Amino acid sequence: MAKHKTPLLDQLESGPWPSFVSDIKQHAEVRAKNTQKVNYQIPVDVCDDILGILELSFKHGRTHWKHGGIVGVFGYGGGVIGRYCDVPEMFPGVAHFHTLRINQPAGKFYKTEYLRQLCDLWDMRGSGVTNMHGSTGDIILLGTQTAQLEEIFFELTHNMNQDLGGSGSNLRTPSDCIGQARCEYACYDTQALCHFLTNQYQDELHRPAFPYKFKFKLDGCPNCCVASIARADMSFIGTWKDDIKVDQAAVKGYVGGEFKSNAGAHSGRNWGPFDIQKEVIGLCPTGCMKYEGGKLSINNRECTRCMHCINVMPRALRIGDERGLSIFVGAKAPILDGAQMGSLLVPFVPVEEPYEEITEVIEAVWDWWMEEGKNRERLGELIKRQGFQKMLEVTNIAPVPQHVQEPRHNPYIFWKEDEVEGGWSGDINEFRKHHQR
Amino acid sequence: MAFVSSGYDPKEPMKDRITDIGPRDYNEFYPPVIAKNKGKWLYHEILEPGVLVHVAESGDEVYTVRVGGARLMSVTHIREICEIADKHCGGHLRFTTRNNIEFMVDSKDKVAALKKDLESRKFAGGSFKFPVGGTGAGITNIVHTQGWIHCHTPATDASGPVKAAMDVLFDDFKTMRMPAHVRVSLACCLNMCGAVHCSDIAILGYHRKPPLLDHEYLDKLCEIPLAIAACPTAAIKPAKVEFGGKTLNSVAVNNERCMYCGNCYTMCPSMPLSDTEGDGIVLMVGGKVSNRISKPEFSKVVVAFIPNEAPRWGKTTDTIKRIVEAYAADAKKYERVGEWAERIGWERFFDKCELEFTHHLIDDFRDPAYYTWRHTTQFKF
Repeated sequence: MAKHKTPLLDQLESGPWPSFVSDIKQHAEVRAKNTQKVNYQIPVDVCDDILGILELSFKHGRTHWKHGGIVGVFGYGGGVIGRYCDVPEMFPGVAHFHTLRINQPAGKFYKTEYLRQLCDLWDMRGSGVTNMHGSTGDIILLGTQTAQLEEIFFELTHNMNQDLGGSGSNLRTPSDCIGQARCEYACYDTQALCHFLTNQYQDELHRPAFPYKFKFKLDGCPNCCVASIARADMSFIGTWKDDIKVDQAAVKGYVGGEFKSNAGAHSGRNWGPFDIQKEVIGLCPTGCMKYEGGKLSINNRECTRCMHCINVMPRALRIGDERGLSIFVGAKAPILDGAQMGSLLVPFVPVEEPYEEITEVIEAVWDWWMEEGKNRERLGELIKRQGFQKMLEVTNIAPVPQHVQEPRHNPYIFWKEDEVEGGWSGDINEFRKHHQR
Repeated sequence: MAFVSSGYDPKEPMKDRITDIGPRDYNEFYPPVIAKNKGKWLYHEILEPGVLVHVAESGDEVYTVRVGGARLMSVTHIREICEIADKHCGGHLRFTTRNNIEFMVDSKDKVAALKKDLESRKFAGGSFKFPVGGTGAGITNIVHTQGWIHCHTPATDASGPVKAAMDVLFDDFKTMRMPAHVRVSLACCLNMCGAVHCSDIAILGYHRKPPLLDHEYLDKLCEIPLAIAACPTAAIKPAKVEFGGKTLNSVAVNNERCMYCGNCYTMCPSMPLSDTEGDGIVLMVGGKVSNRISKPEFSKVVVAFIPNEAPRWGKTTDTIKRIVEAYAADAKKYERVGEWAERIGWERFFDKCELEFTHHLIDDFRDPAYYTWRHTTQFKF
């Protein structure tokens, strides 16, 4: 028998898509029965109260969670989000309901042994409710009490070799795409770089020293499956410099209908036979391809590596061999000053351990932002406020046409004094000799 | 419920303390076929919705069965995922960026049993636990935020509208009939913890009323200068307020200037702005993050407001379905929602999707607004 009536939530149990309501209900029942004899460290009926408070929000059309609260683990300024409900008498099980962010492994591959260990820990010391995963990438453990925070952290670090992720004005937990682990498009090892950066910057991840949040996201190719170009203060997007590799026999295979175009992604509708002229050559944004006499040719110098042709014919076309990544800076969601897409800062850098060419850029950017950024000013907003030239200056990167979509629309150039012959300390008396007042 | 110590000693917090060890090494978690062929994959193919094969230079193959999941999941559910991974996949699995779960096997003959097992499991309420799909030119899982389950600033729920929307879009999770893939996401307030600002279809929670002012407590709970500085439109100023016979330090809000972003509430809990009638959904469309063919694009607001209709958000899901069907019927192969709208013109987009155009949809927020107005004689009647 459920502790609270939830007629509104119950309506989300039907329909085909997995119902989180059914799931939380099944876990509430597991806790109530407790056949495994778990020594629950927070109220056994916490899941009933989660459903109860959510039902109340469905009824009111308003949240019932209070603002933050400063909780955490000793020595860290991130990884734990304080949360209290605003109707604790009605739902004592979730009166205190703090979140822990657990730094996910790069690529989000898991062994069941690890997940079970995490489940056991979280069932005993928390609500047993999680997010797999949060928007930034962490495993989110949703709902425990203050006294359990250090206990959970101790168990994570001592028994699971596992640390917390970032929150607040910290480096947020970096995240990456599946990369070379299982993708033929990946231009560098996203997992290796993600893991390296996460470990290299543990201090920045755990102890708030920044003006605001800072995100790293790593995409193996311009398809951008982790949305780095839209979401990360600094995005690392795989690319290549040399020629797309062409297997002419496989191209013929696609043209002849032997292989499914677009790796079979369009098989749910009859789009007619594959037409290489229309679907590949005609859609190439730079018009740098030709298919004549049964042979595909690409003017690689004009290619902008949009991935379309490779996506359409993965068996025939492969990314080049001179691989690396581009670094983009300043992407963010709209708040406060409008959304920003990442801006290209480093067109190409090879990805080689110990990644010094990458960390040099990161640290130069951070030095500037920490010096000049206002409270709660994202990197993208600082770039807008002080200009992209300043970003180039602090990173010591020479301007190239690749940095802009088009040149500026106005001549209001802020010349530097040393760029103008004779400087700015002219002699007014000398001027007046030739120009009356 | 006796307290069980982990070994942590609150009197000596630094004793044996381990910090800054980072995440687990991903190498520990790779399935053998992945570890062996990493960086040497040749090509992939989607064999049927939700089932992929990747072929390596070595000739090895990995078959992936992708299933949808509510990202909000209990450890009971995760244990069931583990049971399946143990039974079929040697104890390995992975999660995708869009909250799907991937079960991988190293030969084709293992796929059918895995798929059958996954599809046979249902929750007591009748929904699938592990629907197979979410690949190619279809509609995969919705990336989303916390909503009413855990967040203090939401203007809508997250898991609820996502469940409602995915129920409506379910057939397109299971098939690949779209002109290109359609990425749907939800953020429960304009902080946009999800990437809704660059999604084909974005469901965004939005407040429409300025904050309430809890004058009696405001100066006690908040740093007034921080609340003032948090406002992007400079709508907040310091004020003296008469309350209970005393003059209190507080703030005044210029309601005309307020954009309801809730930043002041983030800095000051005495300025709540949740409101049953005020809060609801904004729909945005046409964003993308991929660089394929065209450059990444921001989503555009096409419906200024839909009330929160718990538990099934009917008008929201109906409108999304209408946009999806108009797109599916009219877009060319490979064209994303935004590319389609650009090609036919946004005036046609509103026609075809049967959406009303109102003044709310004309941008007036700072400089970028100008670049969204029409600066050409080329438009359609």
